[in-house]
Amino acid sequence: MGYRSYCLVCSGDKCKNEASREVYKELRHVAEARGVDREVQVVRAGCFGLCRSGPIVKLLPDETLYVGVQPDDAQQLVDDHIAGGKPVERLMLRDEDCMPHLETVRQTGFYQKQVRLVLRNCGLIDPDSIDEYIARQGYAALEKVLTEMSADDVIGELKASGLRGRGGAGFPAHLKWNFTLQEVRRQARENPDSMSEVSIVCNGDEGDPGAYMDRSVLEGDPHSVIEAMAIAGYTMRARRGYIYVRAEYPLAIARLEHAIAQAHEYGLLGRNILETGFDFEVEIRLGAGAFVCGEETALLASIQGERGTPWPRPPYPAVVGLWDGPTVINNVETWANVPLIMLRGGEWFSRIGTESSSGTKVFALTGKVNNTGLVEVPMGITLREIVYDIGGGVRDGKEFKAVQTGGPSGGVLTAEHLDTPIDFDSLSALGSMMGSGGMIVMDEDDCMVDVTRFYLEFSVDESCGKCAPCRIGGQKLHSILSRITEGRAHDQDLENLDAIGNAMQHASLCGLGQTAPNPVISTLQSFRDEYEAHIRDRRCPARHCKALVRYEIDPEACIGCTVCARKCPVNCIHGERKAVHWIDQEECIKCGECYAVCKFGAVRVS
Amino acid sequence: MTVSELRDLRERKEKEHGRQGPGTSQVQIIIGMGTSGIAAGAKEVMKTFSEVLEEHEVQNAQVRKTGSLGLDHAEPTVEVAAPGMPRVIYGQVDEEVARQIVERHILEGELVDKHVYDRPAPDALTE
Repeated sequence: MGYRSYCLVCSGDKCKNEASREVYKELRHVAEARGVDREVQVVRAGCFGLCRSGPIVKLLPDETLYVGVQPDDAQQLVDDHIAGGKPVERLMLRDEDCMPHLETVRQTGFYQKQVRLVLRNCGLIDPDSIDEYIARQGYAALEKVLTEMSADDVIGELKASGLRGRGGAGFPAHLKWNFTLQEVRRQARENPDSMSEVSIVCNGDEGDPGAYMDRSVLEGDPHSVIEAMAIAGYTMRARRGYIYVRAEYPLAIARLEHAIAQAHEYGLLGRNILETGFDFEVEIRLGAGAFVCGEETALLASIQGERGTPWPRPPYPAVVGLWDGPTVINNVETWANVPLIMLRGGEWFSRIGTESSSGTKVFALTGKVNNTGLVEVPMGITLREIVYDIGGGVRDGKEFKAVQTGGPSGGVLTAEHLDTPIDFDSLSALGSMMGSGGMIVMDEDDCMVDVTRFYLEFSVDESCGKCAPCRIGGQKLHSILSRITEGRAHDQDLENLDAIGNAMQHASLCGLGQTAPNPVISTLQSFRDEYEAHIRDRRCPARHCKALVRYEIDPEACIGCTVCARKCPVNCIHGERKAVHWIDQEECIKCGECYAVCKFGAVRVS
Repeated sequence: MTVSELRDLRERKEKEHGRQGPGTSQVQIIIGMGTSGIAAGAKEVMKTFSEVLEEHEVQNAQVRKTGSLGLDHAEPTVEVAAPGMPRVIYGQVDEEVARQIVERHILEGELVDKHVYDRPAPDALTE
């Protein structure tokens, strides 16, 4: 039963590289001819990423990876490696193709360009089993902190790690923690009898369109967040922590509830944790789905049972936060890093990623990319590596146009930025932002004006209405963008977009309004020509904006095959079989179906 | 629980759940049951595994759940560890593929063509 080895040949359904199919056939053929087809099973496997170096062949169980394999190489692979047990050096991935920034976690053949710190347990352990978490160093960090470390030691490690908040702005975590610790100490010194309550808060109000990193962590590894909050509780002398999760994440909530109950049962939450005299409780608070509640002061108001509107800072929550007490608030991904930092040391962590942005970042890679999903990459990786080497490139072999990062607070990165190393500072410098980690890939068919209009629509919907710049400015931006996509705008509108955006950035009360114009400003910078085409030529270069697009059938090219007429959902294409067809422009809904199905290129878009 | 009890427990569980070491006599079928997996049909797949294992009277197999591996384009994903076989991640597993995994991979030692996916990344705890 079974085979001595298994030979995987990359072969995605959407793969445009014909060579991998040939390699597969040739390997099977050669293995059979050589009489080793009962020793090795050659199978087609899903995309490995790394498409630039494709086709890829991987041998199991020894995990040898071959790149750029051609059909001609099959004979040597079978003769030398499979039959002879001697790897073929010339086809192996070279060291320089492996990942930089990763000295501390590099292992042999580290070709995947990803490394999992935050997602270390996701997809490995049963999230409902505290035993499986404990088996993988779970609660070892809490144990270490409680038995060996002082509050200053904890903050020292955090500082050495260089960890910055993963929720968007990238504020150094150790500074936040230290502000709170200093305030707690001040109160203990000055009025020990009337100290305000200290709180630890986890921001799980993940609201950016296309972002679901936090959900995956909470669903896949809830204990990592609970353990981290307990560590902060010990450090800041807090007795209570709150996890604020949106009610739209029922599975995350169920798993968190279960994890909290288990931690209680094991004495890892509650009174006298690990018999060290430390008491700590964690409660879940459900958010009703308002985007602004991801803003820290609005979130705290919501926990307090008030309307989720932000309050002006300073004072910052670190000093005056939940119920007016000092409060440490970090997002899910930031928390998930903390146990690892305490276990391995800040110095270890700081060697991953770049100097100013250490560690990894989890991105939700979506949009027009082949391999959508969650990726965790060291900071400093380039956009090209994420989109092509991990994401497998743009779908249907189309042209890469841009990546949207940072959601409604972010902006776009264009082809020109494909080789820029990604970290907090480089993204801000490019007018985008890390945000929480949504990364939406767009291709030649996406209209940047319309994408921007979508984000503004989101921000307008989610504005809490408390301050005028956000409430009115957002509406204005949105209506101008709508006019542009409908071909009813004029040059003055471009200046208005700039002016309104500028005012919103400076005068809005909280991050939502301050950053809502970012998509506009960023696309105006990178894709001004598209805006101008809409306004001056009444033309949508991506052929996306319905008001500006017209489908017509070229009488020279049409052979009257009737396919378009049969596919048209509103039956507005007319013509006899074998005669030239025509589109009734009055009835046409501009869905583009005829364009997609015509094999003769007879449908023209203008 | 005291600190030393936690340490003992960890040591025991590490041996029990040791995930990297070979030589396990049990077949482990680990299904990605995050929201994305479930949306793609992981619950039906889990049910199918139980049924097909029972049908073939496979005694030494355990069907378990885990969070999302992150391979959303290939959901539902299932990791299979069987004695004498490399650990493999399967993607786009529907009820039919689940049946093939039991009948071919687990019973015959053969990988199921077109559904094998590469592990997306090493993790900081098992490097």
